[in-house]
Amino acid sequence: MGGFPILSALTFLPLVGALIIMAVRAATAGSSSSETANEGRTALLAGLVISGATFLVSLAAFFYFDPATPGYQLVEQHVWYQNISYKLGIDGLSLPLILLTTFLTPICLLASWNSIHTRVTEYVVAFLVLETFMIGVFTALDLVLFYIFFEAGLIPMFLIIGIWGGKDKIYAAFKFFLYTLLGSLLMLVAVVYMYITAGSSDFEVLEKFAFDPHVQTWLWLAFMASFAVKLPMWPVHTWLPDAHVQAPTAGSVILAGVLLKMGGYGFLRFSLPMFPDASHLFQPAMFALAVIAIVYTSLVAWRQTDMKKLIAYSSVAHMGFVTLGVFSFTEVGVQGAIFQMISHGFISGALFLIVGVVYDRMHTREIAAYGGLVHKMPVYATLFMLFTMANVGLPGTSGFIGEILTMVGGFQASTWAAAGAALGVIFSAVYMLTLYRRTVFGQITNPDLNGLKDMNRIELVTIVPLALLTLLFGVAPNLIFNLTEGAALSILSLMAGG
Amino acid sequence: MLDFTAMTLAIGPELWLAATGLIGVLLGALLKDNFNGLSFKFGALVLFAAAGIAAVTYQGGEAFNGLVETNTFVNFAKIVSFIVGGLALVMSEGFLKRHETARYEYALLTIFAALGMGIILSAANLMTLYMGIETLSLSSYVLAAFHRDSARSSEAGLKYVILGSLASGMLLYGASLVYGFSGTTFYAGIAAAEPSVGLMFGMVLMIVGLAFKVSAAPMHVWTPDVYEGAPTPVGAFFGAAPKMAAMVVFANVMFQVFGDSIDQWQLIITIIAGLSMLIGAFGGLTQTNIKRLLGYSSIANVGYALVAVAAGKELGAGPLLTFMTLYVVSSLGLFAAVLAMRRQGGMVEGISELGGLMNKRPWLAIALSILIWSVAGLPPFGGFLGKWVVLEAGVSAGLYPLAIILVIASVVSLGYYLRLIKIMWFDEPTERFEAIDGSVTLVVLASSLFVIVFMVFFVLLSGWATQAALGITA
Repeated sequence: MGGFPILSALTFLPLVGALIIMAVRAATAGSSSSETANEGRTALLAGLVISGATFLVSLAAFFYFDPATPGYQLVEQHVWYQNISYKLGIDGLSLPLILLTTFLTPICLLASWNSIHTRVTEYVVAFLVLETFMIGVFTALDLVLFYIFFEAGLIPMFLIIGIWGGKDKIYAAFKFFLYTLLGSLLMLVAVVYMYITAGSSDFEVLEKFAFDPHVQTWLWLAFMASFAVKLPMWPVHTWLPDAHVQAPTAGSVILAGVLLKMGGYGFLRFSLPMFPDASHLFQPAMFALAVIAIVYTSLVAWRQTDMKKLIAYSSVAHMGFVTLGVFSFTEVGVQGAIFQMISHGFISGALFLIVGVVYDRMHTREIAAYGGLVHKMPVYATLFMLFTMANVGLPGTSGFIGEILTMVGGFQASTWAAAGAALGVIFSAVYMLTLYRRTVFGQITNPDLNGLKDMNRIELVTIVPLALLTLLFGVAPNLIFNLTEGAALSILSLMAGG
Repeated sequence: MLDFTAMTLAIGPELWLAATGLIGVLLGALLKDNFNGLSFKFGALVLFAAAGIAAVTYQGGEAFNGLVETNTFVNFAKIVSFIVGGLALVMSEGFLKRHETARYEYALLTIFAALGMGIILSAANLMTLYMGIETLSLSSYVLAAFHRDSARSSEAGLKYVILGSLASGMLLYGASLVYGFSGTTFYAGIAAAEPSVGLMFGMVLMIVGLAFKVSAAPMHVWTPDVYEGAPTPVGAFFGAAPKMAAMVVFANVMFQVFGDSIDQWQLIITIIAGLSMLIGAFGGLTQTNIKRLLGYSSIANVGYALVAVAAGKELGAGPLLTFMTLYVVSSLGLFAAVLAMRRQGGMVEGISELGGLMNKRPWLAIALSILIWSVAGLPPFGGFLGKWVVLEAGVSAGLYPLAIILVIASVVSLGYYLRLIKIMWFDEPTERFEAIDGSVTLVVLASSLFVIVFMVFFVLLSGWATQAALGITA
């Protein structure tokens, strides 16, 4: 692979692309400050090309990555300031999440083709900048660098919700920002402390550094504050339904698909290997929170009248499985948690796109406004069915693998936790099937629905790949397990003090 | 026999400022109104040259039998203060012209204020310190009231003069107590004196006076009023140059004069810092005037800087310089943006007037947003690392409560920073602003570039600051 800094290229390609788009826009805008529809389309196209190229670079990283070699690979390191370095690298935990990010971003941009009409250039720029920060979170191997990417990602997402969101977008954007920020600033204090105590912010040093068990408790709680909000866990999940409902479709996709995963990634990357004693100490509490999240938010989801809100609550429930798997401290649980994150990225992303399809036509997300869609949109109904099943966790879809493995892992650690989580699987069938029945089946009662057309080509191009991957990983989960096995084992061995 | 070489090495910039300031007065007397236009360029050049002289005599020295003594720590602060002061002067001209107050006195007062800053930074004796503070303060009072026909400006000047004199009185009283109980006014002599209750009383009174000058709580009440009432370019100047100088002097006095009794004053500074952060954060939330809002923002940021002071000389000196440099540059940029808020018939200062700036002037909006994020301490901009080094100093010194308060204040103050962003990006456009002066655009762009460049190359800035801090720690 020579000395080519492939991860730097991967991380900063979207940012460079965004700067180029901005520069071109500034150069061609001339005196008129409002953009024409054509200019917007050109910007979207450019964004697609750049994010597509980023995806190709991430594939290249994937091919250079050797799952059999333990530890971080493709490492780049430069001193930045004192003992803080600009250090990038990937392992079996971060690579699948990076691929998920680079795969979802072009889909998001494409999904915006017909739904975003104002300030399109800025929209594309915001998305590309966000992509850089998201990839950076997963490639960073230095705690400070990680923190910078982690928090910087708030800015573009804040703008995406606030500018292109729905009716209460400002409220949702502020809530999203302040909730997440309070969590991450508590983490910042812990980061500073760790940096001073260990004398370095390098992951590999920190993983080996044995923090005092008493101190670990506090550090663990500070990190937990940040990741629990991000994941999100009950009871700090309330920002998520608001953010999802108000965000534009593509914003919801990226929020559910990637941003939530940062919480799970954080638990696996920091909480477990760096604070093993505290993690053991808090295991029962985390199980309790996970089960509450799964059961409670499933019930809440059932009572929703807004489609997006329903899926948002279902996301919280599904992230509960991630918590369960991570804190089972078993190989199968951790692998299952990583798998569940990837799988949920596809499924919830697709579900938000599915809602977006009818929202673009009807401009309402009220479940009651629909019904009988199958008569007008058979293709749509089929795809919707597939993802409903995947979200429920039907065998043959990737949703099943993630849920069963996290529960198996949870079962080994605590029978009660697994039993509670299993209850959630049943509830998920209840609310998803209810949603499906009320929107797709039955007779058309709302006369406005009569004029509906089935999905167009762009919508198919955005959703079908996700459907294929959901099925592919459902029948061949080893494609992911081969990547993640080494990482899961090394996290657990670090936990055991190895 | 005067040793000119030693004098130049020690206080070259001050000699230059005093001489050119007097030349300016002569030019003003001779050329009368013809000097008005030229004076701004003259003043800016003088300040930039002073920064250059400070850079050349960076290592510093001692003169006037030890009344002044400079080192890299204070010279670093001089360079930054003079440069931002010069920039503030550059962008003032357009504003003052439109208000028909572009008189040469403005530039000369800025030069004399800079002279005051130089003297307080160079001081190694309480009398020199007091003289410098009065030079700076008297120039500042007049500057605040420079729009003498405006009731607001006059009121700001009057408030400033009354409260400022009170603070100066406290400082002087404290200094005399310190002199009484230590028998000397030299920094080194006081530092070596036997600690006593009287000395501590003097120290506390001096802290009160200095806290007023940097606008730290609970001596902050003048700040929002003066920022609001004073002509905008004066606010820009106050928020940048004297802020840097006074903050470093505050630290210098604590470190150099009372360095050994840190156990006695650490708690005081901790309380002042915590209060400033909280008052700055909560007080700004309800402001609708952008200049008042920046006033509260500056109180909060002074609180952050004081965390570094509370951490003590070894841990705090470098971070203080780093943080303050990033802050005063951003603050200058923010005030420049306020200067850009101009439409037919005068300035506007309501923050709602920024509405839809992103649609009308995308580059100004982006640059301004970058500065706001940076002052708020969010990555990926320089302000984040500024806060990082301060936090690092605070946590290293074991000041955990302050670290937590810093975090809470950051979140709370984000409430108003985010509101500014929201207004610029989300709200519908209000009226279109008039064309912006080139110098103002330049300052906004340059300062936003500064916080980006020194994020990436932070090692340079922090390296310079750490080197400079060796001037008092080594």
